[in-house]
This record gives sequence, C-alpha cells and structure tokens, in this order.
Amino acid sequence: MTDKKIFGVTALFNEPNAIISAARKVADAGFTKWDVNSPYPIHGIDKAMKMKPSKLGIVTLIFGLSGAVLALILMYWTMSVDYPMIIGGKPYFSLPAFIPVTFEVTVIMATLSTVVAMFAFFFGLPRNSHALHDTDYMKKVSRDHYGIVIEAIDPKFDEMATLQLLKDLKPITTEIIYHPEKENYPIFEPRFIALLVGVAVVVSIGTYLMLNKLVYIVPFDWMEKQAKVIPQSGSEFFADGRGMRLPVKGTVAKGFIPYPFEGETNPKEVLSNPYFPTKENLELGQRKYLTYCSPCHGNYGDGDSRLAGQFPNPPTLHSDRGRNFSDGMIYHIITVGQNVMPSYASQVTRDERWAIVNYIRALQRAKNATDADLKLVKAE
Amino acid sequence: MHNNEFKYQRKDLPSSISKIGMTLLVVGIVLGVAAFFVDHTRAVYNYLIAFTFMISIGVGALFLISLEYIVGADWSVPIRRVVEFFAAIIPLLALLVIPLLLNVGELFHWSHADAVAEDKFLTGKAPYLNVTFFIIRVFVLIGLWSLFYFFFIRNSKKQDTTKDQKLTTINIRLSAIFIPVFAITLTIAAVDWLMSIEPHWFSTIIGVYFFAGTVIAALAAVTLATVLLKENGYLHPAMTNDHLYSLGALLFAFVNFWGYIAFSQYMLIWYADLPEETFWFMQKWEGSWAIFSIGLIIIKFLVPYIVLVSQPAKMDPKKLKFISVWLLFAHLYDLFWFVMPEMEELSGGYSFSWIDLVFPIAAVGLIILVFNMKAKKDNLIPIGDPKLQRGLDFHL
Repeated sequence: MTDKKIFGVTALFNEPNAIISAARKVADAGFTKWDVNSPYPIHGIDKAMKMKPSKLGIVTLIFGLSGAVLALILMYWTMSVDYPMIIGGKPYFSLPAFIPVTFEVTVIMATLSTVVAMFAFFFGLPRNSHALHDTDYMKKVSRDHYGIVIEAIDPKFDEMATLQLLKDLKPITTEIIYHPEKENYPIFEPRFIALLVGVAVVVSIGTYLMLNKLVYIVPFDWMEKQAKVIPQSGSEFFADGRGMRLPVKGTVAKGFIPYPFEGETNPKEVLSNPYFPTKENLELGQRKYLTYCSPCHGNYGDGDSRLAGQFPNPPTLHSDRGRNFSDGMIYHIITVGQNVMPSYASQVTRDERWAIVNYIRALQRAKNATDADLKLVKAE
Repeated sequence: MHNNEFKYQRKDLPSSISKIGMTLLVVGIVLGVAAFFVDHTRAVYNYLIAFTFMISIGVGALFLISLEYIVGADWSVPIRRVVEFFAAIIPLLALLVIPLLLNVGELFHWSHADAVAEDKFLTGKAPYLNVTFFIIRVFVLIGLWSLFYFFFIRNSKKQDTTKDQKLTTINIRLSAIFIPVFAITLTIAAVDWLMSIEPHWFSTIIGVYFFAGTVIAALAAVTLATVLLKENGYLHPAMTNDHLYSLGALLFAFVNFWGYIAFSQYMLIWYADLPEETFWFMQKWEGSWAIFSIGLIIIKFLVPYIVLVSQPAKMDPKKLKFISVWLLFAHLYDLFWFVMPEMEELSGGYSFSWIDLVFPIAAVGLIILVFNMKAKKDNLIPIGDPKLQRGLDFHL
C-alpha cells in the first residue's frame, strides 16, 4: 500500500458555519492548492478562503469588445464598401441601424467566450478522471456534508502535519485520498463507446422514421409550386399557347434605329457616313470584311470568290460603277442586299457596316493608287 | 442561533442636514418666486422639470418598496426605511402641482380652445387632452400614489411595535395590486406632463422611458443616502458592502435599461422617418441643442456604464457616492433635454439663464427636509420585519 501516490487529505463537516471557520483557518495556514466542496454555494466562502477575484471577466471584456469591433467592421465592409446599398433612403454607413447587430454580436461573443474559457482554462476540461471521483468523500459532499480537501501538490503539504491540522478543526472524519493505481478512463471503456454508438444509431433511425414516414412535413415549396410561366415552354393560359410573350408590334430594341430605306432596290436618297476612316475604324472594317464579305467578294474586293464556283461570283468592287457608289449606297446594299446578295443587317451591326464601307473605300483607293498616294506611302 | 429581538433604533440625524435642506429650500423658493416675475414662461417650464423630478424620486421609491415585497428580497430590508423616507414626498405632490395647474395655458398648447379648433389633430385628441380631464387625472394619480404610500408605510411602521408577520403578507398583496397601478399611472404621468408639451408628437414607449429614468433617480437617491448613513454609523453595523453591491448592480442594470429604451425610441423613429415623429428629434438637434443631445448619451449612459461595469466598483462606497450624485444630475438633465427645447424662445438653441438652476435647488432642499423630518420621527431600521435578520446576513 505504501507505493500508492497520495492525492491529498480531506475533512468532512456537517454544518456550513463550521466549514467557513475551517476554511478561514486553512487559508491562514498558507495553503494554496486546496478546495472546499459543498452541495450548494455558501455565501461568503470565497472571502473565507481568501480567493482572489476571478480573472474570467477579462476574457469576457476582451471578446465582448472584439465582437463589437468585428461586427462594425463586417457591416461597414459589406454595407458601405463592397456592396453598397441604399436602404430606406439612409446613408451607406448609418450607425443607428448597425447598433442592434453590434449589440447582439457583442453579447454572443462575450457569453460564448466566457463559457469556453471557463470550461477550458478555469475548470481544466476535458478531464476524464480525477482522484476524488468515486470516493466516499465526493458522495457525501454532493449530498449533505461540507468538505475540505488539501492536495499533495501544495508546497506546504506534509502527510502527517496536514492531517493533524485538519483533525484540529474538529471535523466528523478525515481521510487520506490516494491516486487510483491505474488511471481510469471510463470514457474509453468499450461498453461506454458501444452504448454511445448504439444510442446514436437508434436516435438517427428513430428520427428518420419519425420525420420521413410518420409525420412527413412538406418543406416550403410555395414558390416552386405557384402558377407561373416557365421560360422556353408553352402555356395554356394564353390563347396562342406561347409561354413567353412577343413584343408589342412596332417595338424597337434599345439602341436600335430602324433603317429608313428598307426594301428599296434603287433608293433616291441614302444615309451619309458618320465615321471617319480612323485606324481603329479601318481595322474593325477589315476584320468584319474578311469575315462576312471576303468569301464572295474576295480578300481584296476583286470578286475572286474563295468559294470557287459553288456560288455565283459577284462583280469586282473596283469597277467604275462600284467606285462611284456613294458611301450611303454601299451601306444600303449591305443592309438590304442586292441581286443574289442577301441582307447582312442581322450579322453586321450598324456601326460595323459603316466600318466595312470605310474599308472598301480603302481597298478601292489602293487598287487605283495615284502617284501622290505612292509618294505618301513611301514617305511613311 | 440568532436572536431575532432587535433594539429600538433611533438616532437623530445631525442638525446640519436640516440646515442644509432648509437653506437650499429657502434660497430655491426665494429665487424661484423671483424667477416667476422675471421670465414667467421659463420659470413654469423649469418648475415642471423640478416637479417631474420629485415624482421620479417619490413614486420611484414607492416602486422600490413594492418591488422588495413582491420579489421577496432580503438584502434590501435593512435599508427599506431609507426608501420609505424618500417616498414621503408623494403626499406633498398634491400641493406642489398647484403652481403648474395655474399655468396650464403657459405650458400646454392643447389647453387653448381656439388653437384646438383650428388644428384637426388637436381636435381629435381633445377628448383626452382637455383641461378638465387633465386636472381630474392629476389628482387621481397623486391620490392613488398617496393611498398606496399611506398603506405601505402604515403597515411597515406598525410592524416595528407589533412584530406581526401578517403585515408583511398584507404588504406583499398590496404590492401585487400596486405594480400594475404603478405601470399605468406612471405612463399617464409621462404622457400628460412630458409628452403633451408637444401635443402633435407621440411615442408609444414614452411611459417606459420615463419609468427607466424614474427608477434610476430613485435608486441613486437611495444609494447616496444609504452610503452616507452607513458611513456615519446610522444603519445596522452588520450591514456590509455586499448590500451596497446590490444597489450598485441595480443602478447598473437600470442605466443599461434606460440606454436600451432611449435607443429603441430613437431608432424606430429614425428608421421609419415619418415627418410627424421625426420633427421632435429634429428640434433637439437645432443649434446648441445638438450638444445637449450628444451630452445626454454620454452623461446618462456612457459614463455611468464605464464607472459601474466592474464588480468592485459596484460595492465601492466612494464610487457609488459619486455615481449616484451623477445619476441624479443625469435624470434632471434628461428631463431638461426633454422639456426645454419645446419652449418657443429656446427652439433654435439653448441660451443660459440663472432660472434653469433655481428649481432643482429647491426640489433637492425639499427632498432633504422631508427625509430628515421622517428620519427623526421613525426608526431607521424596520426592526419588526421578519426578514430583517436574513437581510443583515446577506452575503454575495
């Protein structure tokens, strides 16, 4: 028995006043690693034990303040910087509206941090075993007795002297508590683990049956089930059976200007070119010309189709007729088509058509370059 | 065990108290009368502030008494007489209200029949806001408060000699009746005396707002008196700083409660942004009133919050003395902020006048005098109360 390690000595009392005076004497003797156990809180015991005020409040303060700051930063960032939204005509950063959330976050940070700090740092959890567990002493102080325990790790602890000190306090009994020979972790016992797993399985199955078979509650699907038009599908609601509605007759798309000479083969007047042949404009025209025009008209407008006879070749763009066309006329031809050439209005936008016109003008000038033009090119 | 026989405790308070009270009252009354001649309107408005302050101290103290009975508190029994002495101002309210009733026309826009006839809002409110019904309400309120005061105090005093435990039971039942009566009467008082100065404005939380301030003022007065009496050995020697802790904690709680209610009132009106509600706050942002509005947050919430937040501060007599004087001032300041911007002269901003200082002096003097008079007549400790020993044994 002598090789057993001592945890500490205990003394039991059966009256709260006795424990207060006993605690006072133990505190006076200078012990630090000791405690009082009672079935309920005894008013004034912390003073008798000369306990220092708990430092837990500091944790609460720090986390409460950081909660307030974090909440304000979160709302400032989301509501005022990242995705500013005007709500009720208030400024982006309107403090009164943020106060309730700040308050809630402060409270939740303060309380949660207090509970976690209390368990982790002040109670020393998780702790699976303790020498006082399953002792007669612990059973009694949980019921109707008041006890003092002085632990062996206290620097002033001396088995015989400390026991004598407790005996001098005139308790009902004193007892020496030993560490259990083998550390006992009831949490890791197979029976306990099996019980945990069993409870988990039973609860899961029970919950599943309960919620899905016995009392199945339909989730909120009012929005999904409501009467509505589904895009790209028919509807019995409208007479024409279409789900998506056609625009009203005469509707003009945003930014679209209707072409005034639609359908005329030989218009008396045409539009005038609103674009100067700048570098960017010519580059755009070249890109569009090569994409849409060159398959028939050829890369340089010579009418040497790359389609090689699969489609009737158009005449060259460099003929006198072609060169004498006004810009507006070429634009007209691209827009409404001519002979076998169809309208390109749906492929090429208005501005792109003007760019193509400018590019064709450039091609025509290049094919029939004058000496002055050659000098200009050389000068560059 | 303990011997439940308490000796008859009667110690006269030092004569300096009655001298201080008398000086303050006389100076206050002389200057107050002068003020009525110098600037009649301003004097009436200031008198209203002092009057509502006295309602707060008296009726608030009565509420604290009934609170002790109804929750079965032990700790406050040794200081219940202090609270009772503050409530003694209640019967005097019937006299103190008379100068106000003579000047109803000066204070309340709705009391002018021609103004009501032109204004469809006031016409709609006329069934409630008319002079006859107003005066009836004033005396019904003061009558109810006086009646409850009379019964509470009679039972409490009787117990000193008879030691009859049944009297405590009677007072508990009385409290159960008084609490709802208190809630309704104090709301009516707040609506009549404070809100109806601006009859177009309405706030459904005004009763709670006044209640929060009232309890702060009554608690601050009780705390100040308790600390001073305890320091000079007039209360039971067994009383510890743990008793003071309860007072400090209650003060802290009600400071928070006031902040919560004041902010709720502000935020709802700010958020809804309805012109018929916001104009009242806009008035309190005109010119120098803006400084007063910011000052209210600092004086009545931030400073007391920071001073009282730590546990040791709630039981430190020095800090409690400081903060209870501070909070008494803060309640006066709150009422001043509430009432004064409604005065037409001051609607653009505050300008100082000595009249603003006079009436609180008289009110404080009167409260001290009444307290002293009661303290001379009665026991400072309710020696017959069955809970007294438990109250003295109170520890944190």
